[in-house]
Amino acid sequence: MHLSPDQLVFWQHGPLKLNATIAFTWGLMLILAVGSKLITRTLSLGPERSRWQDLLEIIVTGIEQQIEAVGLSRPRKYLPFLGTLFLFLATAALCTIIPGYEPPTASLSTTAALALCVLVAVPLFGILEQGLGSYLASYLKPTFIMLPFNIISEFSRTLALAVRLFGNMMSGSMIVAILLTITPFIFPLVMTLLGLLTGIVQAYIFSILAAVYIAAATRASELEQERGPAPAP
Amino acid sequence: MLIDWFTVGAQALNFLILVWLLKRFLYQPVLNAISVREQRIGMQLADAASKQAAATKERDEFERNNREFDAQRAALLAQASEQARAEHQRLLEQAHKDAEALRLRLADLLRSEQQLLSAEVARRTRDQVLAIARKVLADLATASLEDSMARVFVERIRALSGADRKLLTSATEAAAGALVVRSAFELPAQQRTAIEQALSEIGASVSRLNYETVPGLISGLELHASGRKLAWSVADYLGALEKSVGDILGSASTPAAAAPASGASQ
Repeated sequence: MHLSPDQLVFWQHGPLKLNATIAFTWGLMLILAVGSKLITRTLSLGPERSRWQDLLEIIVTGIEQQIEAVGLSRPRKYLPFLGTLFLFLATAALCTIIPGYEPPTASLSTTAALALCVLVAVPLFGILEQGLGSYLASYLKPTFIMLPFNIISEFSRTLALAVRLFGNMMSGSMIVAILLTITPFIFPLVMTLLGLLTGIVQAYIFSILAAVYIAAATRASELEQERGPAPAP
Repeated sequence: MLIDWFTVGAQALNFLILVWLLKRFLYQPVLNAISVREQRIGMQLADAASKQAAATKERDEFERNNREFDAQRAALLAQASEQARAEHQRLLEQAHKDAEALRLRLADLLRSEQQLLSAEVARRTRDQVLAIARKVLADLATASLEDSMARVFVERIRALSGADRKLLTSATEAAAGALVVRSAFELPAQQRTAIEQALSEIGASVSRLNYETVPGLISGLELHASGRKLAWSVADYLGALEKSVGDILGSASTPAAAAPASGASQ
C-alpha cells in the first residue's frame, strides 16, 4: 500500500527515474494525442460528420463556451491551456475504472506541477494582455499596502489548487483500496462511481479556477473588486 | 515526502508537451473545421437569401406582367366586343336598308307592273269598247242618228254660257279665225242650216264657216274657232268611260301596293 504513485518506481538512474505517475501520464498523453490525431485526420468540412467528430466538436466548443462564460472575451487564445488542463484531469479521473490504473493526479507532484503551470500562466497571460507595467501595478491595488497580501494570495491559491486536487484524487483511490479490504462487494463499486463523479467535478473546478485566475489577471481593472476571497469549494 | 521535485518537473514538462500536442492535433483542426463549415453555411445562407430575393423579384415581375396582360386582354376583348357590336349594328342597318330598298324596288316594280297592266287593261277595254261602240254606232249610223247628233250639237251651241258665247263670238270676228265644223260624216244641208242658224243666234259670224269630214270622229261633231273647240261626240263619252275604268283600276291596285310595304317595314 502506497500513498502516491510516485512511490512506485519502475526505473531509476541517479536523479532520473520513471515512476508510475510519469508512466501513466505518458499513457494518458498517448491516448489523448493519438485519439485526437486519428479523429481529426479525417475531419469533414460539410454538414455530414462522423460521431467522433461530433464528440470532439462538442467537447471543444463546450470548453470554449465555458471559458467565455468565465469572462474571457477571446476564448480561443486560452483554449489550448485551459482545455488541455480539463481534458487531462478528466481523462485521468475517468480512467480510474481501469483495473490496475493509478491516476497521476493522485500524486501531489502532478497536482503541484499543474498548479505551478497555472502559477506561471496567470501572470504570463496577464502581461501578454495588458503589458508588464500594468500587470505589476495590479499588485499595488487598491494600495501598495496590499502588495504582500496579493503576492501571498498568488502562492496560497496555487497551493490550494494543488492540494485540493491531490486530496480528492488520492482520497478516492485510497478509499476504494481500503474498502476493498473491508467489504469487497458492491460498496467499492459505488465508491468508484462516486470517485468518477468527484474526479470530473475536480477537473472542472481546477480548470474553471485557472480560467478565473487568468480572467482576473487579464481584466484586473474590472475584476479587482471580486478578487478578495479566492473561491474555495 | 509527498512531493518528488523531479516528478513535478517531469509532469510540468509532460503537461506542456500535451498542450502542444492537443493544440496541434485537436483544437486547431476542429476549430478550423467549424470555422470553414460556418463560413460555408453563411455563404449558403447568403446565397439562398440572394436567390430568394431574386425569386421574389422575378415573381413580382411575373405577377405584374400577368396583371398587365390581363388588363390588356380585357381591354382588347372589350374593344373587340364593341367593334363586333358596332359591326353587327351596321350590318343590321345595312340589311334593313337593303331590304327597304329592295322592298321599294319591288313595290315600284309592282306598281309599274300594275300600271302597265291597268294601262293594258284600260287600253284593251277601251279598244274593245270602242270597237264595239264603233261597230254598234257604225251599224246604227243612220240619218236619224246623225240628225239627232246634229240636233244635240245645235242645242249645245244654244246652251253655251255668256262667257263662252263671247269667246266664240270674238273668235269668229278675228280675221284669222275661221269657223270649222268637223263631222264624221258629210252633214246634210238641213243640218248645216240648223247649225248656222244656231250660231247666228248666239251672235257668231257664219260667213267663213267651213265643213270638214273627219272619219276619226265617232258619231260626233266639233266646232273649231281660233284654237277653241266645241264638240260633241261619242268619243267624249268613251273618254269619260276610259277615265272611269282607269279610276276603278287605280283604286283597286292601291291597297295591293300598300300591303307589301307594311310587311317589309317590320
